[in-house]
Order: sequence, then C-alpha cells, then structure tokens
Amino acid sequence: MSLIEICDLHATVDGKEILKGIDLTIDAGEVHAIMGPNGSGKSTLSYVLAGRDGYEVTSGQVLFDGQNLLEMAVDERARSGMFLAFQYPVEIPGVATTTFLKTAVNAVREHRGEGALDAMQFLKFVREKAGALNINDDMLRRALNVGFSGGEKKRNEVLQMAVLEPKFSVLDETDSGLDIDALKIVADGVNALRGAERSMLIITHYQRLLDHIVPDQVHILAGGKIIQSGDKMLALELEEKGYASFAGAEAA
Amino acid sequence: MAQLVPFLQFFDTVLPGAGTVWLDQLRSDAQASYRTSGLPTPRTEAWKYTNLRRLAHTGFVAAEASQSTEIATIPKGAAALSDAYIAVFVNGRYSPTLSSFNGVPKGVEVNSLASKLSMDKTSLEGQIGDMEGLPLAILNTGLLSDGLYLKLDDEVVLDKPLHLVSVGHAGSEPVSFHPRHLIVVGVGSVATIVESHVGDGTYFTNSVNEISVGDGAVLNHYKLQNDGSEAYHLAANLVHIGDRAVYDSFVLQVGGKLARNEVRTELGERVECRLNGAYLGRGEQHIDNTTFVDHAAPNSSSREVYKGVLDESARGVFQGKILVRQDSQKTDGHQLNKTLLLSQGTEIDSKPELEIYADDVKCSHGATTGELEEEQLFYLRARGIDLETARGMLVAAFVGEALAEMQVDAPRAAFQAVVDDWLERRSEG
Repeated sequence: MSLIEICDLHATVDGKEILKGIDLTIDAGEVHAIMGPNGSGKSTLSYVLAGRDGYEVTSGQVLFDGQNLLEMAVDERARSGMFLAFQYPVEIPGVATTTFLKTAVNAVREHRGEGALDAMQFLKFVREKAGALNINDDMLRRALNVGFSGGEKKRNEVLQMAVLEPKFSVLDETDSGLDIDALKIVADGVNALRGAERSMLIITHYQRLLDHIVPDQVHILAGGKIIQSGDKMLALELEEKGYASFAGAEAA
Repeated sequence: MAQLVPFLQFFDTVLPGAGTVWLDQLRSDAQASYRTSGLPTPRTEAWKYTNLRRLAHTGFVAAEASQSTEIATIPKGAAALSDAYIAVFVNGRYSPTLSSFNGVPKGVEVNSLASKLSMDKTSLEGQIGDMEGLPLAILNTGLLSDGLYLKLDDEVVLDKPLHLVSVGHAGSEPVSFHPRHLIVVGVGSVATIVESHVGDGTYFTNSVNEISVGDGAVLNHYKLQNDGSEAYHLAANLVHIGDRAVYDSFVLQVGGKLARNEVRTELGERVECRLNGAYLGRGEQHIDNTTFVDHAAPNSSSREVYKGVLDESARGVFQGKILVRQDSQKTDGHQLNKTLLLSQGTEIDSKPELEIYADDVKCSHGATTGELEEEQLFYLRARGIDLETARGMLVAAFVGEALAEMQVDAPRAAFQAVVDDWLERRSEG
C-alpha cells in the first residue's frame, strides 16, 4: 500500500518553475533514493513536501497516508509523521537541544494520543537514542546546532528522526560533509529506523550513501522531472556514466 | 512648544530636615533651576524620543502618608527573592512595617533617608549631588525627602542581596513621588542590590540612585521595573565606579505606561563595568533605556548588551553613549542593542554614540532590529512544534541570552520568572 503518492507536482520558487511534473509513489516500508545534478529540483522537492514558505505548488497533489499533505501546515505535517532531515540544519542560539527535542517529541506524542513524557522519562528515552548516534549529554545541553560541526549537525538530524519516529522521512543530502566514519554512524541510525510501516526518501548526489542505506528504488531527477527509475543498480550505473548520459539531463 | 513646568505646587511642602542650612540651600537651588528649565521636551537631544507632555498634563497630587499604610504586603510582581534583606518604599516613603534588615553584618548601615536627614544633619552634607543637566533629577533634588540610605564600610561583604521594593499606590487621584536612594559601597566591599518597582493606579515615580562603588569593590545591581500599566517611571542612576571595582548591572523593564531608565557611569582605572538589560513591551507601552559610560581613566572595560522584545503597539528607545577621554588609553568598550519586533505597530529608536579622544582603544557598537527568523521558525515547526509555541521558544531564547549576563543566580532566576510570565500572557493573548 502506498504511503506517499506524488502526482504531477509542479512548484515555483520566486515565480520560477522548478518542479515540472513529479510523479512518485512510495509504498509503506520502502526506501527510495532520488539522485540528480545540482539545480535539478531535489531540495525544492524536499521543501515542498515539508511545507516551507516561498515554495509554491502550482498544480498536482501529494497524498500522505491517504491525506492531502499540501493542505496541512508545516507543523501539522510533522505531527502526522512527515520528517525532513535538513541539508543545512538551522542554528538556534538560546534553545537547548534537549528542550527542543522534548518539546517536539511531546507535540508529536500528544498528537498520536500517547501523552507527554515527563522530564525523567524523556531523558531516559533520548539518552538511549543519542548513545547509538555517539551523541553525549554535553551535546544535548548545548544550544541547538550552535557551534556543532558538520557531522554533529547531521547526527543531530538523525537523532531527531529517531526520537520522533516518523512514518515518512525525507533525507536531504544527509551525507554531505560527512567523513566515512560519520557516514557509517548516520547510515546505521537511519537503517535502525527502517521498518514495515516506515518509508524514506533519500536525496543524494552520490552513490556512496546508498552502499550503506540500500534503496528499494532509485530515481533520477533532472530539470524538475523524474527522468528514469530503476532498482539500486541504477545508482551504480549513474555513478559510472554520469548524469549527462541520461536523457533529459541536459535540461538541468 | 510651550514649556512644561508642573509640580511647582509641591515646592511649598515642608520636607524632612528642613531648617538645615546646606539642605535648604540644595533644595532651593534645585527648585530654582527646575523653575527655569521645566521638564525636557523633544527639542532636548537626550529626550528626543521620549515625550513627557502627557505626564505633564496628568495633574498629579502629592502622595498622602496615609496611603502608604494601606499596603499590607509586598504586591506581587516584585522579584521573588526568598533570602534577602528588604527595604520597602510606598509612594516613595519608607515603610518600617514591610521592611526587614535584621542581622545585617557589622559595618553596614541601612536607614531611610528621611530619618537620616532629620536625625543627623551633617553627615550627608556634600554627599548629595545637584544633578546638573538632568531636569528630572533636579526636580527630584528640589523635592528631596526620602529613600534608601545604604552604606557599607570598607572591606565588608553584604551576605544577602538587599531588595529595594518601590510600591506605587494611587487612590482616585494620580500621585507622584521622588525618592532618592544613596548607596555607598566602601573600598573592597561586596554587595548585591535588587530593585523591584511595582504598583497600581496612575502614579509617577521619579527616582534617583546615587551610587558610589569604592576602589576594588563589587556591586551587583539588578533592577526590575514592573510598574502598573498606568504608571510613569523615570529613573536616573548615577554611578561612580572606583579603581579596580566591578559594577554588574541589569535592568529588566516590563511595566509602566511610559518608562525611562537612565544609567550614567563614571569609571576609574581598571574597572569592569557591565551594563545590561532587557525590555519587553506590549500594548501602548513606551520604554526607554538611556546609558552613558564615561571612560574617565585608562585601562577599563565596559560591556553593554540591551535586548528588547516589542509587541502590539509598543515603542522602545535605546540611547547609548560611550565617552573615552583623552587620557583613557587601553579602554575596551562594547555596546550592543538588539530588538525583536513582533508586530507591525511597534517601533524602536536606537541611537548608539561613541565619542573617543584617546587613540589606543578598542570600542565597538552594534544595533539590530528585526522579526523572528523565518528559517528558525520553519525548523522548529518542521519538528511538529506549533507556530505559537515556536515563536514563544525563540522569543524566550532571545531574552534568555540577555538574562544570562547577570552574574548572580537568585536574582537572575527571579527575573527569568517575570520574563516567563510575560511570555505566558503573550501566548494567552
């Protein structure tokens, strides 16, 4: 059964059309990857799905678990189980990482009717998840993403994903700026979240991440459209031949 | 623009210590000066952004002594400090029943200025300034009658904060009062003073703090202006900071209809001077913070961070001047003013001013004004946090960073609670 169904999605940024008719269906439990050159619309797609202001959908629709995703507010999407791991996580001075995580977790839990965690319950819960990602208490106490290294920011994104337990996650270039060891930690964290109920969309430039998070399907995005889809072999083929060899890629 | 000279009728009042030659002279000179100058108008540069016309036409009466006894407990809104000496003034008059400073260490004198002026006619001679150039403080001098007298001898540590609570309490008619607080911290002594300003009804508090921080002394001075919504609050703080002394100050302004807190510091050598503050305004509030740092000697540092949050139709003013005199080499002066504007009707006038005559100094200033960052809001919301909660978190973080400048924990926690309460009311509104 499909968890996310994107039909003929067109979107503009500053009046310029970036997405020119995306069709993509992801079944529950599946992991899909989108690869594409710079400017192909990868990040635009992730922001449109998350609901960022300034990314205007001009036509098409997105069904998420049977609901019209595009009619939901940003925070409503997140509470309903949509998650975006940011390419550039935002620094928020003055807000401790734990405070932020607790507020977010409890907002999502209350939406699911699970009831808020108290301070002790939360700490136990978050420590367990953080440990697996090599995130210590000191990092949790620090202001959100402030002074974090590139790798720390990305691990923090995966931690948020782990504690929020989303149904559908979009990982926007989560591999960028990571060395091999950090990549492994992040990939393990993501893999730990794979399950029959959860789907993921991995946006990346490089095949490298897909060695660690093996996708069920791979799509090539170019010029605001998916120009080819296939299994994981497509990523290897792309790595070997480059984007230029694929039809329509020149539109990027 | 017509000159504004209200309050003249109070000049006929018989004030504490009347008949003492130097004191009579001080008051009458100030009264004469005020008769000539009147209240400042926006034509005066220092008062360009804060207009006292409405204040001048309010028709204040003198506060009756009987009104002060109507207050049986310290009103809520004052800083919640459980362990502190407490000196309470109701409509500017010392309240013996509400005050308590039993057990102050040896070498610390706490008294009311009224009692000091009546009982001890000589010791304050020459210790009370005439306030030249400050029209409101001159008016205060002309009506000088009561306030706090706190004196620490040399090498004394005040073991608990002294909490100075000013309560404004108006009946059917608006009242005005002009307290004068004298604070002397001896050489090498250490003290923490917390001021809370609260009240109800229409009142005008025109207070002056004259503070002397002795050589090598430490004074932490934290002020909460949480006056009633119809109150006018004008305050001048004149702070002389001796060599190698530390002055750490914070001013949190959340109350009043129109409020101005002015801090004027004069720094000796190797001084560490920290002037920080936060202002939170909503409705039609007008909140002014004006500071002047006079680097009068070399090798001193001053650091100044004022952060404000304005909502609805509130207006803020920040004027910060740093003067570095010719001989004040190796001065290190920093000033920063940041204001968050949460709605369209708000306004901030921010005026930094550096006047530097020495050539080997480090001085900087900065001012930013803006809305909450869209990117930060999006990030929080993308984690399921609703818009109002996300906004509240960002505003709290913004103010929290300012409060973090306070060097003493208990007052900081008390001020944080006031900020939280303000934010809470915001989310309810």
